[in-house]
Amino acid sequence: MLSKGLKRKREEEEEKESLAVDALWLDPGHAAVAQAPPAVASSSLFDLSVLKLHHSLQQSEPDLRHLVLVVNTLRRIQASMAPAAALPPVPSPPVESSMADNLLASSDAALSASMASLLEDLSHIEGLSQAPQPLADEGPPGRSIGGAAPSLGALDLLGPATGCLLDDGLEGLFEDIDTSMYDNELWAPASEGLKPGPEDGPGKEEAPELDEAELDYLMDVLVGTQALERPPGPGR
Amino acid sequence: MQNSNNTADIISTVEFNHTGELLATGDKGGRVVIFQREQESKNQIHRRGEYNVYSTFQSHEPEFDYLKSLEIEEKINKIRWLPQQNAAYFLLSTNDKTVKLWKVSERDKRPEGYNLKDEEGRLRDPATITTLRVPVLRPMDLMVEATPRRVFANAHTYHINSISVNSDYETYMSADDLRINLWNFEITNQSFNIVDIKPANMEELTEVITAAEFHPHHCNTFVYSSSKGTIRLCDMRASALCDRHTKFFEEPEDPSNRSFFSEIISSISDVKFSHSGRYIMTRDYLTVKVWDLNMENRPIETYQVHDYLRSKLCSLYENDCIFDKFECVWNGSDSVIMTGSYNNFFRMFDRNTKRDVTLEASRENSKPRAILKPRKVCVGGKRRKDEISVDSLDFSKKILHTAWHPSENIIAVAATNNLYIFQDKVN
Repeated sequence: MLSKGLKRKREEEEEKESLAVDALWLDPGHAAVAQAPPAVASSSLFDLSVLKLHHSLQQSEPDLRHLVLVVNTLRRIQASMAPAAALPPVPSPPVESSMADNLLASSDAALSASMASLLEDLSHIEGLSQAPQPLADEGPPGRSIGGAAPSLGALDLLGPATGCLLDDGLEGLFEDIDTSMYDNELWAPASEGLKPGPEDGPGKEEAPELDEAELDYLMDVLVGTQALERPPGPGR
Repeated sequence: MQNSNNTADIISTVEFNHTGELLATGDKGGRVVIFQREQESKNQIHRRGEYNVYSTFQSHEPEFDYLKSLEIEEKINKIRWLPQQNAAYFLLSTNDKTVKLWKVSERDKRPEGYNLKDEEGRLRDPATITTLRVPVLRPMDLMVEATPRRVFANAHTYHINSISVNSDYETYMSADDLRINLWNFEITNQSFNIVDIKPANMEELTEVITAAEFHPHHCNTFVYSSSKGTIRLCDMRASALCDRHTKFFEEPEDPSNRSFFSEIISSISDVKFSHSGRYIMTRDYLTVKVWDLNMENRPIETYQVHDYLRSKLCSLYENDCIFDKFECVWNGSDSVIMTGSYNNFFRMFDRNTKRDVTLEASRENSKPRAILKPRKVCVGGKRRKDEISVDSLDFSKKILHTAWHPSENIIAVAATNNLYIFQDKVN
């Protein structure tokens, strides 16, 4: 936080220095942007946004507004960097490259899909929270039952009147519940952007464009998220 | 005013009741503190009624969600008063997940002279009772009790950001990031979902609900704002699920001000109907806007709260200040609007004279009954003696929550864990 009278310290992360440059670049008073918004964002702004996204998703219960705003901003930045992303991907992962370069080298679709899959995971976590505790204990510890219980809770709690409000009938009640979070194979490298779910097929043609290092990074983010949010095992 | 460094004391909401006699605050520790205005005595005509603590109670406790293995914060997000209908006072308080209806009542008499119990409440042996007497009520020291009358739980998957009491006084709504639910005060085990913007596929999520409020007079009408800077007005008579709005308020983006942060700074953090019900006011990161309900394509008035921050957006994004959610309030006659800023500054805009003022809520600058001095932020060039430069602003001192007495010029300003109450100067 900027505190009273305190300038940013030089020993803080180097990206703050480059951000000072960005601030100048993004300053509407700056000659280059006075007429039109900057065409290309610096990679440090991109890095910062990715870090924020990562940090936000690591919260056990992310602030949805913050998450959505960061994702939208990241998409905007990414869109402005699109010409760079069209470059041929780096053939072998350079050891020292920043994560931004890795992500830039991957396809737009893969990045969108990875962010999308992170949002999707979030919805699965949130959707399960409605179950009152007794219902969570019912049935075998199989995950699909664990997925179904919250919907019963939702039906009970929202009352019979809610049924009239749903145009799509019972289907709509199960919207929140998606057991694919339990079905996904985290370690399957072939699926497009590591999207959870059985539909690995369509993603296979995207796979060759993802480097191992990029996949590792994406998987780390996902596994990090999953590890924090993995529900309690059987017996609870 | 509390003077503590405990984060649990950080005030998270401030609200006057409908007469202005009571002022409630909620804090991060789940407590509610209610202040009551002193009755003006005949002997001290010139001394305006001051606010003293009336009741303090723990509204919400931290809860544990076993399914997700996480704690639900006890922080009070909003308090809303119900209009007074008998001797007791009622208010709604909410944290991220659960709304509670509290009854605050006074007790100044107690019964004495029970037959079957002694003065300490112990049962007496009936065999020892030889005469019967009628218990009498005797005066006692005033005691104010708060009791939870209703608990409205398990209806929100996401975090509740708003509650609003309907003008029918029978229903209220609670809004979270993606849904708005309608409740009847008497029924706690069911609520009607009236708005649902959750996409079928969460990958398509690009917008969340940020605030919602009922129209002050039309019980079928409400508005909700979004993270994309839009406001939707809905009519509950049109359909049970108000997914289609009746009116849609959005100002086109100013192309000369476009930046990567355009969306974030357009995100509306608060929406309030005017007392008249003819206007709505919205607060986004840099401005306050007044909209006429009959004109959807742009606001009728725009006030710059702290435009000098426009060139600092990148830093404010980096330190997350750009995500701060400021509230805004109308005065009783809808002629002045007020909102907070950084460095413990708050701003008032007179809609008629178009004058505005910046004031500061801080111990150093205000002794009791001292007059607040207008402040000014210097944006560049030579800084005058009393001005403060943008780079010296303290961004950790933010005034997010303020309230205005419904009929008088009394305002309550929450500065982190301190509450300031300012009144008009008495002649």
